[in-house]
Amino acid sequence: MSETRTLDDTLPVHGRGQIGTPWWGMLCLFATEGILFAYLIFSYAYLGSQGYSDWPPYGPPSLSLSIPATILLVGSSFVLEWAKRSSRRGKLGLGRLGLGTAILMGAGFVTLSLKEWADKPFGLADSSYSSIYFLLTGTHLAHVALGLAALIVLLVWSLVGRVGAGHEQHRTLATWYWHFVDVVWLFVFATVYVSPRLI
Amino acid sequence: MSAILTSPRDRQGLRGAPFDPKPPASPNPPDIAERLEALWREAPGPLGWFGTVDHKTIGIRYIITSFVFLILGGLEALVMRIQLAQPNATTLTPEQYNQLFSLHGVTMIFLYAMPVLSGFSNYLWPLMLGSRDMAFPRLNALSYWLFLGAGIFLYASFPLGAAPDGGWFGYVPNTGREFSPGPNIDIYTLGLIFLGISTTVGAANFVVTLLRMRAPGMSVNRLPILIWGTLTASIANLFAVPAVSLACLMLWLDRNQGTHFFDIAGGGQPLLWQHLFWLFGHPWVYAIVLPAMGMVSDALPVHCRRPLVGYTLVATATVATMVVGFGVWLHHMFATGLPVLALSFFSAASFVIAIPSAVSVFSWIATIYTGRVRLTVPFLFFASVILLFVIGGVSGVMTASLAFDWQLTDTYFIVAHLHYVLIGINLFAVVGAIYHWLPKMSGRMMDERLGRWVFGFMFLGFNLAFLPMHWLGLIGMPRRVWTYGADMGFSTTNLVISIGAFVFAIGILLFLINIATALRSGRPAGPDPWGAPTLEWAISSPPPVYNFAIIPMVASRHPLWEDALDEGADRSRLATGFLLDNGKETLGVTPLDGEPDVILKMPGDTLLPFALSVATLILFSALLFRNGWIAAFGGAAAILTLILWFRPHQAPEAREKVRIYE
Repeated sequence: MSETRTLDDTLPVHGRGQIGTPWWGMLCLFATEGILFAYLIFSYAYLGSQGYSDWPPYGPPSLSLSIPATILLVGSSFVLEWAKRSSRRGKLGLGRLGLGTAILMGAGFVTLSLKEWADKPFGLADSSYSSIYFLLTGTHLAHVALGLAALIVLLVWSLVGRVGAGHEQHRTLATWYWHFVDVVWLFVFATVYVSPRLI
Repeated sequence: MSAILTSPRDRQGLRGAPFDPKPPASPNPPDIAERLEALWREAPGPLGWFGTVDHKTIGIRYIITSFVFLILGGLEALVMRIQLAQPNATTLTPEQYNQLFSLHGVTMIFLYAMPVLSGFSNYLWPLMLGSRDMAFPRLNALSYWLFLGAGIFLYASFPLGAAPDGGWFGYVPNTGREFSPGPNIDIYTLGLIFLGISTTVGAANFVVTLLRMRAPGMSVNRLPILIWGTLTASIANLFAVPAVSLACLMLWLDRNQGTHFFDIAGGGQPLLWQHLFWLFGHPWVYAIVLPAMGMVSDALPVHCRRPLVGYTLVATATVATMVVGFGVWLHHMFATGLPVLALSFFSAASFVIAIPSAVSVFSWIATIYTGRVRLTVPFLFFASVILLFVIGGVSGVMTASLAFDWQLTDTYFIVAHLHYVLIGINLFAVVGAIYHWLPKMSGRMMDERLGRWVFGFMFLGFNLAFLPMHWLGLIGMPRRVWTYGADMGFSTTNLVISIGAFVFAIGILLFLINIATALRSGRPAGPDPWGAPTLEWAISSPPPVYNFAIIPMVASRHPLWEDALDEGADRSRLATGFLLDNGKETLGVTPLDGEPDVILKMPGDTLLPFALSVATLILFSALLFRNGWIAAFGGAAAILTLILWFRPHQAPEAREKVRIYE
């Protein structure tokens, strides 16, 4: 006769990291967003190699703002990772402190980037170089802004107690997304700032 | 094998009784069914209607919506065929003709061919995999609502005479502001970006579902071929869709913000559009046939009453086709003056892709040859897929040759080729799949006699319409031109083609009647009317909302044919297994081996996906009218919805005791 039984064995519910499903969803997001930036960089290279004899037509862009911005953004990833690990160990106060610091560093990156945009002698509609420059850095900046919004929401939730010690998944996903945006920046930086100095 | 695989004809003494009178192989005990039903069923009223996350409801909505677009695209084609039936006709103006062929292409490629396969995959995946839902049910609902929103967006301007008019490929500079000043191309660019979001979230959902949402024991070598096809297409979409979204964004910026991506005067490159478009376009072409080929590979063997010949070869060829498919985009650009070295490489790659593409064809032929065929309507459609695929494939591989392509590009030969491939492998497979799986979806059989008429009209009409197009192309009739002169020698052939198109349309009309009568008064199907081997046939027709009361344990590729095939001592266990009735929950497994490793709590009805789609529709409409405030409102609404989407709930218990039924 058939019957239902409850075993002593247990299974994790939702699970963390690779045991859960959101980790894999995030991987898909990285794949599709990563390839978007690959296509952007391809477009940059295509326009540069097929068009103007001088590329960039205005000379290599200045490093005076982009180097500090890069340091801020890459540094924020390390701070955020430390914050996540602190929260995992139950030190939620330290976690919030790190999260807040990372948000400030990210905001610093956005400010420096906007300042650099404002200082450019050209506008979006001036040439193919200006178009792809603003589109490539702008698409990345939009991703930073979105990541920043996610971190701010996470901080608010943490402060009002909606995200507690058990919400490892939320912290992990936001942190990974931020890391991803950082890694993408290194490719954007190499394309826009480094490659004109090498070629 | 004959014990479980008796033909429907043998059972016709039971007219009115179900085709398969047996209870489902996967038991559904009443007390458990009642409890699961209460946990899983949709809320009544609008919340349930707009808020459902059930993959079966979403799948059927996908299929119905894409068929509506198929009919719209078909009517557009018929109007064009009236215009082209005679030389120097004036039924349409050139501008109207441009809009019709552009919208016809956009509709069929973007709004029918892919979504209809997403519909089948949405419906069938969890049932075939032995799961209760997709990995991300809310994302699933989102992908449907976004698809609907993008379809409405693309069609809204049609009645106003401002539909996209630059072809489905939208080549610059013709689509730049200078030559296309109206809103037509803005709708095209924004609409494709909009639809791209839907495709991307849907693709991510399929990938994660395959990796994690399977019955225990459903290892990668036991997956139905449809799963392989949709998985391959989904991974390809993740990598391909951003290319066209980026191209469309650039074109929109060129047209509205004065950028110079494609405009030669500012240092832009018109060919960049073609590269980005075909980087997307060719993988997409495979994405809209591979799942359809998967359906044939799964359903054709059922009607041949034997397993598919060469399962492993077909599965690997599916993946190989897509890998090579990313390296052939330049063959759409042979006539653009590219360097000879590049042309040679892409010509070679385009020849090579014929090899993995052909594996399925030989496998299907061998399956029919070595099987015991039942001449059902689904069989007729699936067998015709083979013929049409061979014709379309051969005309395709011919154009991999540079010299031949230069002669025939932009002629009706290419139109014939692409319709043999797309209608031949997609539509004929889909119609066959409806005959095959509608009994599962509705619990009712479709009438076989009317079905044979449907097949006759569709098959004859299709070949009458498209076979002569090869000839028209060879004698030089260019495509995308609204009319032709009486002295050019095209007249008779064009008249025959137009007649064929209407015969084909009659077939589609009869097909819709066939569905309607089946739904109203079709004979009950029972759980497994065809005697098929896969898990979706182990439950009742239509399936309960939670799919499987007891999660099956899979031990082979053909869980319902194990006794008949007698391939070993291992037997799948359908009547014993995980119960999972502690809330709305299902099982997650390890990616490769399918070992259970987590219990997943599933979300209930929610309006968030619908709200996010409405916000996106507002955002894109505002961008079209270049209204910054409304666009900001739409964007803010979207972000707010996303915050609600991800808001944390009470963290659940970290572990849960396993309940089993035996």
